[in-house]
Amino acid sequence: MTSAPPGRASALQATGAGRYADPLFKWAAITAGVSVLAVLGLMIGSTTADAWPVFQYQGFVDFFVNDEWRAGFSRTDFTGEYGAFSFIFGTLVVALIAIVLALPLALAVSLYITRLAPRRMKGPLAYTVELLAAVPSVVYGLWGLLYFVPTFLRPVMELLSAALAPVPLLGTFFAGPVYSTNYLAAGTVLAIMILPIITAISREVIAQVPPEQVQAAYGLGATDWEVMRKIILRRSFPGVVGATMLGLGRALGETIAVAMLIGGSQRWGLSLFFGGDAMAAHIANTFQDAAPETVQALIAIGVGLFIITVIVNVLARLLVWRIGRVAGDAAL
Amino acid sequence: MSSLPVTTLAPPRPASEVSSSLRAADPHSRRRRRRSRVMRTVLLAGMIAAMIPLALILIEVGRRGANAFGWSFLTQTEPPFRREGGGYLQGLVGTFYMVTFATAMSVPLGIMAAVYLVEYGRGWLARVIRFFTDVMTGVPSVFVGLFVYALLIRDIGFGTFVGALALSVIMLPIVVRSSEEMLKLVPEDQRAASAALGARRWQTIVKVVLPTARPGLVTGAMLAVARAAGETAPLLLTALGALSVVTAVQGTPQSALTLLIYDGATQPFAPGQQRAWAGALLLLGIVFVFTAVARFVSSRSTVRPD
Amino acid sequence: MTAPIRAMLSMLVLALIATACAANGDAGDPTAAQEDDQQPAAAETDVDDDADRAPAAAASLDGAGATFPTPLFQDWIFEYEAEVNPEASINYQSIGSGGGIEQFLSQTVDFGSSERYLDDETLTEAQAARGCSAIQFPVVFGAVTIAFHDQEFDDLILDAETIAAIFQREITTFDDPAIAALNPDRDLPDADIIPVHRSDGSGTTSVFTVYLDHTADNWELGEGTEVQWPSGTLGGQGNEGVTAQIQQNPGGLGYVNQAYALENQLPTARVVNDDGNAIKAELENTTEAAEEAEIPGSFQFDILDIGGEGFPIAGTNWIFAWECGYDDDTAALLRDFWSWAVSEEGDSLALDLGYAPLGSALKDDVLAAVERINIQQ
Repeated sequence: MTSAPPGRASALQATGAGRYADPLFKWAAITAGVSVLAVLGLMIGSTTADAWPVFQYQGFVDFFVNDEWRAGFSRTDFTGEYGAFSFIFGTLVVALIAIVLALPLALAVSLYITRLAPRRMKGPLAYTVELLAAVPSVVYGLWGLLYFVPTFLRPVMELLSAALAPVPLLGTFFAGPVYSTNYLAAGTVLAIMILPIITAISREVIAQVPPEQVQAAYGLGATDWEVMRKIILRRSFPGVVGATMLGLGRALGETIAVAMLIGGSQRWGLSLFFGGDAMAAHIANTFQDAAPETVQALIAIGVGLFIITVIVNVLARLLVWRIGRVAGDAAL
Repeated sequence: MSSLPVTTLAPPRPASEVSSSLRAADPHSRRRRRRSRVMRTVLLAGMIAAMIPLALILIEVGRRGANAFGWSFLTQTEPPFRREGGGYLQGLVGTFYMVTFATAMSVPLGIMAAVYLVEYGRGWLARVIRFFTDVMTGVPSVFVGLFVYALLIRDIGFGTFVGALALSVIMLPIVVRSSEEMLKLVPEDQRAASAALGARRWQTIVKVVLPTARPGLVTGAMLAVARAAGETAPLLLTALGALSVVTAVQGTPQSALTLLIYDGATQPFAPGQQRAWAGALLLLGIVFVFTAVARFVSSRSTVRPD
Repeated sequence: MTAPIRAMLSMLVLALIATACAANGDAGDPTAAQEDDQQPAAAETDVDDDADRAPAAAASLDGAGATFPTPLFQDWIFEYEAEVNPEASINYQSIGSGGGIEQFLSQTVDFGSSERYLDDETLTEAQAARGCSAIQFPVVFGAVTIAFHDQEFDDLILDAETIAAIFQREITTFDDPAIAALNPDRDLPDADIIPVHRSDGSGTTSVFTVYLDHTADNWELGEGTEVQWPSGTLGGQGNEGVTAQIQQNPGGLGYVNQAYALENQLPTARVVNDDGNAIKAELENTTEAAEEAEIPGSFQFDILDIGGEGFPIAGTNWIFAWECGYDDDTAALLRDFWSWAVSEEGDSLALDLGYAPLGSALKDDVLAAVERINIQQ
């Protein structure tokens, strides 16, 4: 096969070897395709096998609703208590903060780039925002921990706490004391991290709004903003929701930057300034120090996280797929 | 009606400029246009706000990273956190080692899987594979680390191979998806022409389709490499980390740039933190170069997205 | 021509090699894989018993465990490789005390380290796993100090009960009668106390809570690397997080690793010990604590009930190794490195960093234990 005779045309001619090579090649391709499924299956299988005894020991429901997490030290038995609610709560709060902060900004950026930016600026602007996606998460963590949070965010959080804590009801979420690393710190940096994902997909979705409709609206005397709000945003709404869900999926699973900025405790609090922990972050923060039973409990958290992110991702893909598959977002 | 195409071809002009004289007198319209102007400013402000974090990151990493960066940063291993000098040699070696290993495992497999999806996959199996590849891109990277730990570490210990395995699992769906997009862009005519010359299916794929799509495939692989080089969480559970250069394939904990940055950032001594900034500068440099080269390669390709 | 196929084949080969090496590493000897790459060239010259100062060239060690002594271990390794044995390559990963025991028992590292000693049950388990006894010996002590935001509180006297009450939010101001009673000569301000704790699990928290749990009758939060702190306390991630919180909050009071309090020159408290003496966490006082403690031959002990001039909140770091199963080079390096670490050279590095070295009587026992490494070949 490798010693092809000279000449392109002859190289393409069906040779004797080719007859056997064809099905062989096909099966190699099928094997490769199926191996992707196999990896995923193995992934689910081996982790679930480890997590199962924990669910049995703690109770499946109790594992998710109990907020008491006490790591045991046994090598052979289960002795600790494994209620992961604090981490699930942390994951959801941090992801929610990130979405709330990132979504409006992402929409503004995508609308600006697609509708308002000068033509020759569109590419560079889009590229610059996408560069944010290329920054590794440990760099976000470093930057947040040693620069952004203490220098910028901390004074803002102190102000917010002072101003809003006395307000009834709302005050609960802004009550002091302000931990050095907390939900809001992790959520804010996470918002920066998911901004390029939401932007990239929103941009694609917005670009797919039929130009005829846009032109028709302008023809009827609509202003730029009216076109964006009433035509573009309305048409691309499902896609934007899908983009947000993909950003949410990333936010739920983000590990190292959150681990460095969230506080690393085993409890939860309603205040945004409380230092808690998230599911992925708790795994990274405590995995190395864990005895076998706790390792299994952490794997159980991983399984829970996997289930949540898969559901979110599948919903997101379905929404984005309705508008046509978006190319290139795999790289994000 | 027949004159409409002209307007669709032209860039959308702000309607206000075209017909301002017609509606200038209408106070309602004036309010709407003022509102539109305000919102345009708001969107511009959003655009600028989105640029600020990137600028802050680049400036801060560049400024602080440059302090500890130098030739010795690339040629020496890390001293204790509280001591000055030294570098991230063991991390550079570990990252290079594991990413190369992971690339060797994931890229050929991923491209073959993409070949299946584009060239052979028609039925339910292809749909299932495509769907679950998408699912896999969304799997949290720490979960991949847990998986490799649960599967192997308790038996064979930490090391280069298990770290590379975790990275390859992360790279695989990225390679499959990007390769699939690229292979789909190869014109059907070329396949038909090859077949007309009497080539078998596999010959068409290996000698026509893959070479045509090569720049795109390289781009996808490079983006996957950039992603793998920046991963921390899965390596925390599989490679563990090392103080000196490790050449062993398996059984000895291995270091990585990201692990060193993580350790340096979360410990209290200033020299260690400085090296973490320098490490971040190095890592950002590597990742950005890979991303830029990937874009350059794909921009020179005849078969490319967009 | 068939680049993808060739690449796939080479990938398979690589994977096979890797698996082979991995299987090799699994075969009882954790250092097997690395020995493949590093020829034990000088092995023959070093098999004699008295190889203490000349271990094999290019031998290497892997260790993992406690985070509390990490700055010191890093310095020890650095100095040892630079000054004593340039051929050695020692790797220590600070993964936590639990991880140290775990990795040691699963034999993925050559030595483990922890702030907890191995109890008899674990030792039996270890024996079963390796086929010979595990050895454990202490190498260093470290103190956990109470640090303040305000310079005026430097040398403020506290005892276990007041510290417990402060962290349980029962004492909330500096002029509380309980604190005033301990500091009759001081004019204490009516300022709020903001207790700062580690929000993440840590050996520092473990040392601190073990002390309170044992010493203070009013302590209700238990012991461990992490406990359920009441509301109104502040959390900081890592020693640096706690220090940042102390420095940023007037009235801040927190517990930190002594090495770090020294580094940042924080004002610290005097803590009343078992004999009723109010002791500053200074190095000689931590060493004194170690001398005060009764240490059995098995090295299974906690430094609690410290009296005399000893600072009472202190922890110990143990090293774990095996009586068998190392190759000669690794064993020689293990013995040489740890006997060097507890030598006077090692001691001076420990003092620099705010750790307390072993007392001289203890040192002899530890050296005897170090010599048992690989004694069964």
